Amino acid sequence: MSANIYKHKKLIWVFLLPAFLFMLVYLYYPFVQNILNSFQHIKYMGTAGGEWNTPWYVNYTKLLSDVKMRIALKNTVITIAATIIGQVGIALLLSLLVSNIKLGAGFFRTVYFFPIVISATALGLLFNLIFLYDKGMVNQLLQFAGYLDRESNELIDWKSKHAMFTMLTPVIWQYVGFYFVILLTGLSGIPAELYEAATIDGSTKRQMVRYITLPLLRNSIGTCVILAVTGALKVFDLPWTMFVNGMSNTWLTGTYMYSKVYSDVDYASSIAVFIVILGVVLSAAVNRIFRQNDDFEV
Amino acid sequence: MKKKLSPGYVLIYLFLILWALTTIFPLAWTLMNSFKDKKMIYSNSFALPTGIAFSLDNYRNIFANYDIVSAYRNSFIISGTVAAAVILFSGMAAYILCRYRFRGRNLLILLLYAGMMFPIYSTIIPVMRMQTKWGIVNSPYVWKNLLSVILPQIAGNMSFAIIVLMGYIRTLPVELEEAAYMEGCNMFGTYFKVVFPLCKPSMVTVGIFSFLWSYNDLFTQMFFLRTKENWAITILLNNIASKEGVNYGALFASVTLIVIPVLIVYMFLNQYIIKGMTVGAVKG
Repeated sequence: MSANIYKHKKLIWVFLLPAFLFMLVYLYYPFVQNILNSFQHIKYMGTAGGEWNTPWYVNYTKLLSDVKMRIALKNTVITIAATIIGQVGIALLLSLLVSNIKLGAGFFRTVYFFPIVISATALGLLFNLIFLYDKGMVNQLLQFAGYLDRESNELIDWKSKHAMFTMLTPVIWQYVGFYFVILLTGLSGIPAELYEAATIDGSTKRQMVRYITLPLLRNSIGTCVILAVTGALKVFDLPWTMFVNGMSNTWLTGTYMYSKVYSDVDYASSIAVFIVILGVVLSAAVNRIFRQNDDFEV
Repeated sequence: MKKKLSPGYVLIYLFLILWALTTIFPLAWTLMNSFKDKKMIYSNSFALPTGIAFSLDNYRNIFANYDIVSAYRNSFIISGTVAAAVILFSGMAAYILCRYRFRGRNLLILLLYAGMMFPIYSTIIPVMRMQTKWGIVNSPYVWKNLLSVILPQIAGNMSFAIIVLMGYIRTLPVELEEAAYMEGCNMFGTYFKVVFPLCKPSMVTVGIFSFLWSYNDLFTQMFFLRTKENWAITILLNNIASKEGVNYGALFASVTLIVIPVLIVYMFLNQYIIKGMTVGAVKG
């Protein structure tokens, strides 16, 4: 009986069409086109691909020998490592701490999550001011603290001397709250009886974290790591606002792709293909490591 | 359970408050300095802007030189349309995928998950070409330029939204739909009169996510909103940043102007927003 009402299927396409038409036109079709474009010669952005390149794979050999691309790849790998360790690490610590308290848990959740809703462009500007050479927040603080000499106005040039650190700090900081909430949800799913039983058996807090919490949180941590990896590959707005055109050798695969998009269109296409491959390979690897049991089928 | 004031708890709170300060303090610092002139910022950026130090010049300067109002309007048109279209279309598709069994269903679901894997980098060049051909890029009409941002952003949020809504619709009791069917409702009636109203909480979640994502997305705006009158808020901020270079007061003021509306919305809707931004991630 219950299936009866879903037997009239003649018109279901009317409901499916708009959504899938949007995705066909703006995702699947361009995605395939972009792969083809990476083997073609395109003179101007916005014009169609002309002849095939000779040899057809020339963009990819160029990719391998491009020094800036190598910098971008290196920086992207650093970014991925930093986001996994920094974001997921800090988030795990904070969520374990918050799960121990009752008073103020809601407040911390709200406050930690807040940076995520602010545009990365605004944050980029904000951190430009924080790391500003001539008396930004950090340099002023260091002068007040006496680490930098105030009389001679000693300053640290963060954006050229410590470029990667300066770029990654806001990137990591912004999304800690995101992983914090995911891990907190995971923590709330662990039955309280397990902890009670462990307390009766005389385990310490540290043992409980090690032998109950972390193993049971494995899936949530795995989700976070995958999101951190794919997120690190997508990051664009913040690095671009703080370090326009890869200044101080801060190219990432995404920003480098953008820098080529008007000058060498088909080469930019091949960088985009490379970003996709990198993303698929890395997510598969992380998935394997954490061997998620969650079934993804809906 | 009498360990409320043990040193362990004090340490926990100390650490948690420390991280909370890293998210609150930079914004408070920005707000504070947006009311000070450059000299005051330079001598001590931590001093409160009281008495003669207080000035609205930075804001006057920003409003005089940039069309903030028009950028806000464009942003709200873009992001509002994106959120509305995503809610409407994703809900309809999610309903069918959830309730009906038909040939090709598995393929569509596979495509849905694949759609979440394509980064914007891998589609932007062909999308640019396509929309140029249609004449909606670099058009003299503002609405056409806005449309060229709206359309790709709708597509970009679609698969996420459908997946979230499918998860929700699956939990709804079928009996209500059966009752509607008995009353003579067809598929359209059943969906719009019964299912859609029941989905409201999830629709709000999806809408907020799409709105914020679109509002904050600089990348797409950089390609399609290239002239002043078309600027939305994010691209405007990007341009202020490159033009005002060392005019720190103006930079503080413009960051404040961009962040305040989001902050206000966040204060009222933070539970929905947090759920909206994380639910899709946890689901898959």
